Order: sequence, then C-alpha cells, then structure tokens
Amino acid sequence: MATSPQYALDFERPLLELERKIDELKALAASGSLDVAADIAKLEKKARKLQQEIFSDLSRWQVTQLSRHMARPYFLDYVGFLFTDFFELCGDRSFGEDPSIVGGFARFDGQPVLVMGHQKGRNTKENMLRNFGMPRPEGYRKARRLMEMAEHFGRPILTFVDTPGAYPGIGAEERGQAEAIAVNLEVMSRLRVPIISTVVGEGGSGGALAIGVGNRVLMMENSIYSVISPEGCASILYRDASKAGRAADALKLTARDLLEMKIVDDIVQEPSGGAHRDPPRAAESLGRALRKHLAELQTLSGDELVADRYDRFRALGVFTEA
Amino acid sequence: MAWFSKKPRIATKETAPEAGEVSSRMKGLWAKCEECDEIIYRQDLERNLNVCTVCGHHMAWPARARLAALLDEGTFEEHDLGLEPQDPLGFVDSKKYKDRLRSTRKALGEADAFLSCTGRIEGRPVSVGSFIFEFMGGSMGSVVGEKVTRVFERAYERQCAAIIFSASGGARMQEGIFSLMQMAKTSAAIARYREVRKPYISVMLHPTTGGVAASFSWLGDVIIAEPKALIGFAGPRVIEQTIRQKLPEGFQRSEFLLEHGMIDAIVHRKDLRAKLAQLLGLLG
Repeated sequence: MATSPQYALDFERPLLELERKIDELKALAASGSLDVAADIAKLEKKARKLQQEIFSDLSRWQVTQLSRHMARPYFLDYVGFLFTDFFELCGDRSFGEDPSIVGGFARFDGQPVLVMGHQKGRNTKENMLRNFGMPRPEGYRKARRLMEMAEHFGRPILTFVDTPGAYPGIGAEERGQAEAIAVNLEVMSRLRVPIISTVVGEGGSGGALAIGVGNRVLMMENSIYSVISPEGCASILYRDASKAGRAADALKLTARDLLEMKIVDDIVQEPSGGAHRDPPRAAESLGRALRKHLAELQTLSGDELVADRYDRFRALGVFTEA
Repeated sequence: MAWFSKKPRIATKETAPEAGEVSSRMKGLWAKCEECDEIIYRQDLERNLNVCTVCGHHMAWPARARLAALLDEGTFEEHDLGLEPQDPLGFVDSKKYKDRLRSTRKALGEADAFLSCTGRIEGRPVSVGSFIFEFMGGSMGSVVGEKVTRVFERAYERQCAAIIFSASGGARMQEGIFSLMQMAKTSAAIARYREVRKPYISVMLHPTTGGVAASFSWLGDVIIAEPKALIGFAGPRVIEQTIRQKLPEGFQRSEFLLEHGMIDAIVHRKDLRAKLAQLLGLLG
C-alpha cells in the first residue's frame, strides 16, 4: 500500500517521490506508447535500496514519528485483520462512554477473547470522537469492567496500546483520572486469565500502562513506550520542546531499547518501511506473535498466571543493595 | 509465590530520627509562611508541626520529623537502608543523573526519595513508608518503587497495617521506563497485600501527582489528605496548556477532591496521629 503523500514524514519523501515516478512509468507502459520496462526495473531496484538505506538505521526520533504515523494501522484496523465476530461493548456504567478506548469480545482463530485498545482518529472528525486516543476516567473504568467480565467468563485478554497518554483535563481530574488508572493496575495484576498487551503505536506513560499489565508485553518494531513524551521531557529538562530528538535518545524508548532492558518480551517485526506501508502484512506478523504467546500462556492455571504476571513486574527496577 | 519465601536482606538503623537533625538543616531562626507571609519564630513553627501558627497553613514537614511525631516513642525501625539508585539509562540533562544523585545525597544525607520503616501507633504495629520530597521532588524511580513494594510485603508478612505518606511530583524521568514500571509493581504488591485483610491507609501530602497518584497512593482502603494539598493526575500547568484556559481557584486541592468524592477525609496535622490510631482500631 502506498502512503498517501499528505501523511508522509520528511524522511519518507525521497522514497515516495521515487515510487510516484515508477507509478507514472507503469501507467505509461500500460498505455502501450513506450517500452519502459527496463527503466521501471531499474527504478524499482533503486527504490528497494533507498528503502533499505532509510529504514535500516532509524534514529529514535524517527521511530517516534513512525509510531505516530497518521497512516499507521490503529487498533480497529487490527481487529478487522485478526479477529472475527467482534461485538463491541460500551460504557463504564457510572458516568459515560469513552470512545478513546474500544473493547469487546471477538474470536481469534475461532476462540472467544476480549480485545481492547486505545483508538486514535485519522481526521479531525474522528479525532474529536476519539479524543486523539487520550482516555478519560470512563475509558479506564470501562476497560476494567470488560477485563473483569473476561475473567468471569474465562476469556483471554488481548490489549493494544496506542495513546499519547491519559487526557489531562478538568473533567478528567474531577472524576478521578489517577484513581481510575491506579485501580486498573491493581485489578490487572490479579486477573486469572492470560493477558497479552501489545504496544502497536505510542505507549504514553500511565495512560498506556493502565491497559498494559500483561503476562507478556510485546511491541511492534516501530512503536515507542515511555514514561513521558519526548516533547514533554524536552520542555521540562531542556526547557525547549524542539529538543525532542535529544530527549528521545535520552529516554531510550524504542522496542529494541526496551527488549534490551527486559521491559518487553518480544518485538513484532513490521514490513520494511513500517506497518503503514503494508497493514495486512503487519497484522499477519502481529497475529503470529499473539498466537505463539497465547498458546504458551494457556498451559498455565489461573494461580500460575497471576504468579507469572506478579513475578514479571516484581522484577522490574534497577538499583543496588548493600 | 517463589519470591515470597526468600526473605529480603534488610538493613536496619536502630536509632530514631531526631528532630535536631532536621532543624540543623533549616537555617535561620525565623521562617516565613508561604501562604500568609507572616514571619514566625522557627521553634514555634516546629513545635506546631510546621503548621503556620497564624493562618494554619500546612508547610512541608520533613519525613523523619513526621515519623518521629507520629510513631510511638522508641518504636521507629528503618528498613531497606542499603538500597541505592543506579543510572540505568546513562541519563544526561543539564547535569548527569549520576552527579545529580550524588550532590542531592550529599546535601540531604538520604540515598533516595523514600524512607521505609516499621513501628507502632498507640501500640498497634504498622509498616510505614514516607516520601522524602526534598529529594528530587519526591520523584519515583526504582529505589522508591522497590521500597514501597517492600512496605506492603513487610505488612503482608507481619500481617499488620500499612501506611504510606505521599509527597511526589510523580515518576522520575531520569530513570525512564523503569520509573513507569514501578506503578505496576507497587500496585500489584497492594493487590497481594489485600489478602491479609489489614488496612492500607494512604495519606496524601502536598503535592501528590502523576504516577504516584495514579498508582499506590490512590489505592488506599482509606485515603486521607492534609488541608489544601495539591493532588491529581496531571499537573496544573499541563492542564492549562492543554485546555488553554485558567484553572478555577482551589482546583485539585484536598477540599475539591473531598467534594468530588475522591478522598475519604481531610485531617489537620495536629489530629493525624489520633485519627490514624482510631482507624487502626476500627479496621486493623
């Protein structure tokens, strides 16, 4: 799938330019007016080489930009690719419905599971609805309700993380944003069903972790996971949000960094050029990873799953003890 | 369950904190109230638990002085003294994180931003933790998260009540993702602690925000706040930048939270020990 140029990142442009030329030549060839097959082959080779060059050595800031790419597959795209029989469930049963987290039951390889994730929008109208993927307390409370239901019915939980963070607004504070997140962290730690959390785009701080306490935590190759956004970090520490690239390096927030630090368990490979260049293949890759980890977790009892998750997070932290 | 059978090696310091240690760090004979600008004789202020003798404003009360006043005399026993922070990311801002840790430690004589101990309140055993806000704004990195976790593990093993005094700006950026993970680790420890059916009392001090508010602090069976403490998820500046308007007077203060049903009670510092003892009696 070619990226729509309106969403293109700066470092993608040379490649998209080349691909546009190839498309033009192909159109010309199709019209039969000229024999340009050799030229097309040459340019395609060049495009592959260029793609390889650009994407083999991305900076952390470039990965950050890819993780937020407007054409990147979002949670509901993955639901379409990987699940059947999806039934969305809404509302927190006490205040409202928050569409920035979507959840429901569906089938994965025929097996009923709870799927749930942050949902961003691709245009202004969608983003108004989804609040740019920034949940309010109702979103987290709905998430909790659905996860407890999944445990009640013995269904595995697959969560998909993709948020800039929990929404910092007046209403969100009045209704207990911090409490809603805290309760999810506690509840997730003791659920007796398998939980796999995958960071598919942006893993923004506590708002991400609030649906991210899994037995396994996976990251898509070009996703990020961080305690604070690079811009936020830069504006606090360097008093200059434009130094976000430097902050991204300091925070070490890419999938590769986090695997090395043993914060995540596995990296899901994306198609060359990023998930947005070929969403069905990205989904296929994610599906394979979920299948493998779910099969492993389903050999564990409820007690073992709770202990496994507890031990996993208990071990995280770096300090010395005399 | 495996890690629970392994007893952590616990270093203890038998000596109780002395009020004198604290006051020697607070230079000068006079202090100014941040709220009413009144000049107060420092000894009067300390005798009044750092509450302004004129307007009743609750000023910062250092962790060691607080615990000395709240726990039964001679029962304070500090734990986890050997825990020291590392620099897992090799973080550098205007200063190297390592150097920042070293200079803060030198200035305060504390290894990190948290103190964990056991003791008694009116004879009842408690496992207690308190932030040391002066240490990098009470930010939570791996050492803080580990100590909080051990407060609940100790309460679990001893089947006693747990109390945490929070005063923190949230996660410690310099430890990146490790600081975020402390939210999950501490909350999971509380989930396990619930099994012993002893109370966890969370006392929120000024300020309690970010990842600390959004994890163990808001998970208290009972949540108490000091008057006018700033408590919330996002800091006021972040919210103002997001919504592009001024925040209403009193927003995110203890009184606001009580009104919105988010905390159980606001307790004046002079009543704190009695109220804690009362709750321990009713629930412990």
